[in-house]
Amino acid sequence: MRRFSRFNAVSLTLGFAFLYLPMLILVIYSFNSNKLVTVWAGFSTKWYGELFQNEAFLDAAWVTLRVAVISSTLATILGTMAAYALVRAGRFSGRTLFSGMIYAPLVMPEVITGLSLLLLFIGIGLDRGVFTIILAHTTFSMAFVSVVVSSRLVSFDRSLEEAALDLGATPFDAFRLVTLPIIAPAVISGWLLAFTLSLDDLVIASFTSGPSATTLPIKIFSAVRLGVSPEINALSTIMIGLVTVGVITASLVSKNTALRHERDAKAAERT
Amino acid sequence: MVNSTSFAPWNDPHAKPLIQFKNVTKRFGAFVAIEDLTQDIFAQEFFALLGPSGCGKTTMMRMLAGFETPTQGQILIDGQDMANVPPNKRAVNMMFQSYALFPHLSVWENIAFGLKRDGKSKSEIETRVAEMLRLTRLEKFKSRKPHQISGGQRQRVALARSLAKGPKLLLLDEPLGALDKKLREETQFELMDIQEKTGTTFVIVTHDQEEAMTVASRVAVMDEGRIVQVDTPDKIYEEPNSVYVADFIGDVNLLRGQATARKDGSGDGGISIAWAMEQPDLIASNADQALTNKSVTLALRPEKVAISKERPPEDGPSGINALEGTVIDIGYLGNLSTYHVQLADGTMIKAQATNTRRVARRDISWEDTVWVSFTTTAGVVLEG
Ligand SMILES: Nc1ncnc2c1ncn2[C@@H]1O[C@H](COP(=O)(O)OP(=O)(O)OP(=O)(O)O)[C@@H](O)[C@H]1O
Ligand SMILES: [Mg+2]
Repeated sequence: MRRFSRFNAVSLTLGFAFLYLPMLILVIYSFNSNKLVTVWAGFSTKWYGELFQNEAFLDAAWVTLRVAVISSTLATILGTMAAYALVRAGRFSGRTLFSGMIYAPLVMPEVITGLSLLLLFIGIGLDRGVFTIILAHTTFSMAFVSVVVSSRLVSFDRSLEEAALDLGATPFDAFRLVTLPIIAPAVISGWLLAFTLSLDDLVIASFTSGPSATTLPIKIFSAVRLGVSPEINALSTIMIGLVTVGVITASLVSKNTALRHERDAKAAERT
Repeated sequence: MVNSTSFAPWNDPHAKPLIQFKNVTKRFGAFVAIEDLTQDIFAQEFFALLGPSGCGKTTMMRMLAGFETPTQGQILIDGQDMANVPPNKRAVNMMFQSYALFPHLSVWENIAFGLKRDGKSKSEIETRVAEMLRLTRLEKFKSRKPHQISGGQRQRVALARSLAKGPKLLLLDEPLGALDKKLREETQFELMDIQEKTGTTFVIVTHDQEEAMTVASRVAVMDEGRIVQVDTPDKIYEEPNSVYVADFIGDVNLLRGQATARKDGSGDGGISIAWAMEQPDLIASNADQALTNKSVTLALRPEKVAISKERPPEDGPSGINALEGTVIDIGYLGNLSTYHVQLADGTMIKAQATNTRRVARRDISWEDTVWVSFTTTAGVVLEG
């Protein structure tokens, strides 16, 4: 491999600084003992302690987590089914229209999605709360799941399903025992994507949440409008930590699987 | 060679076929993959499909397994119309050309898959899978995943998996292509053995003619979606019904010419073929005189052509059809040698002779002037 030129080193440093400096500052200030966020007054973890005393934040965190888990699970089920149907149905008239309609929410401005859902919920007289946020998040993240899953299904070897059917499996068994385990990585990354989308969604949640349920992003956003508090910094640092751990784990897992496959394939060539 | 008196249900007008293709046509869009195919296959047959790539062999198999539906016509298995029977409800198992092994399951689990779907007991499954592993010599690899074994081993897993359920009808799409010669021959005999023991009907696709000849009760030669000839292996080889079949199966000399009824007073009948300006007419006493005045092709297997340094005596059996030429090339095949002899008009004739002597002592070599000769019944005269 060629060594880094000075130019490459500089642009890399600048790029990373641009990406991560703001977060680094946030993390540092979360350990600031001063109540004034921007004035450093020594190291302290007291804001973390206070954060865990703050009922409102804890409630919001709990709502967010519940919404994220349930909506991403629902979105994964529905999105996988939609992807499967579209990829497997072959060519029927209106297919392009259907797949286009599945992907439309990806490019639709969130404000519009949020507004239309709000109108719908009011129209059918549904009280806004955790349930409506779950519905809303399921709706928009399902599109993302179906994109991820259908890109995997396109390259899926159809004859594997046929072999399962040939051996006497029902179509459902063939899906459950053969297709699903093989496309599982795509389904899992679809779920993770839906989960993170739900975790940090602000716009759609603010349209569809009611006084009884507030999510963390809404809470943080409204708190920040009254001024940045050190507690928020602490909260954000925890979230950064969680996301970092998640991303690293996911990439390590997939890298290990790839490596093991490569090694096995080489070993098989030799026998 | 198949003994036609012992097993030939296709000659018995009362025999009930296991598989019936009735005027089956399969189109993919405008492309015709199978064209108006009518064919019976009988229980306990070992039916081989032979034909060039893309002629529709796999498509026929897939229609039997239920993955493709005929565009027109009917397929019956055991007298039952298969039109609305899904693949998982057919007593048919297929070995896929691409193997289609389940990548996330071990060799053992792959083989057990079909048995588990039948709700067999644990011990039954264990026994059956062990039997299959032994048969295909995969015991050592049973806990490996498909990507951890070699190509030939994968092929054997696919074979074991399709055999495991002991189906009434087994479809094998090029089952032995990736095996070395020795293992292939052994597996061929295993297959014939299984067939004899279980009475399973086999439909097998192969690119290996020798394989088709060894294992098949009947061979179907296909061309562009149609079956050109169906016959026992010996008949296909000895009595091809068209130039296409003669050319496709084995090595052959094709001599094209104009037929005239033979009237030399010998009483032998047959025809003589005027085929080249400076060459004597060829005599085929076994040919139908109805071919008179038609253009015909004499198909002649190399092993029926003798080669000698002297002209064979005019009154001997090979003396009538004798042609002079020069040896251009000698293909040494161990027990046999194939001599490529060029005649004065440029025609190449292949003649085969067994090597009874050591190489150094053989008397015919390159550039020698020789005579190739054959009896009046050695060839098959085909129209066209
Ligand atoms: N799903 C399909 N769509 C369009 N054309 C197809 C399809 N399946 C097969 N064909 C065409 O039908 C013809 C017959 O294909 P088939 O797979 O039966 O050939 P084959 O005899 O098995 O060839 P090979 O010996 O190469 O396996 C081919 O020309 C192929 O391109
Ligand atoms: Mg094929």
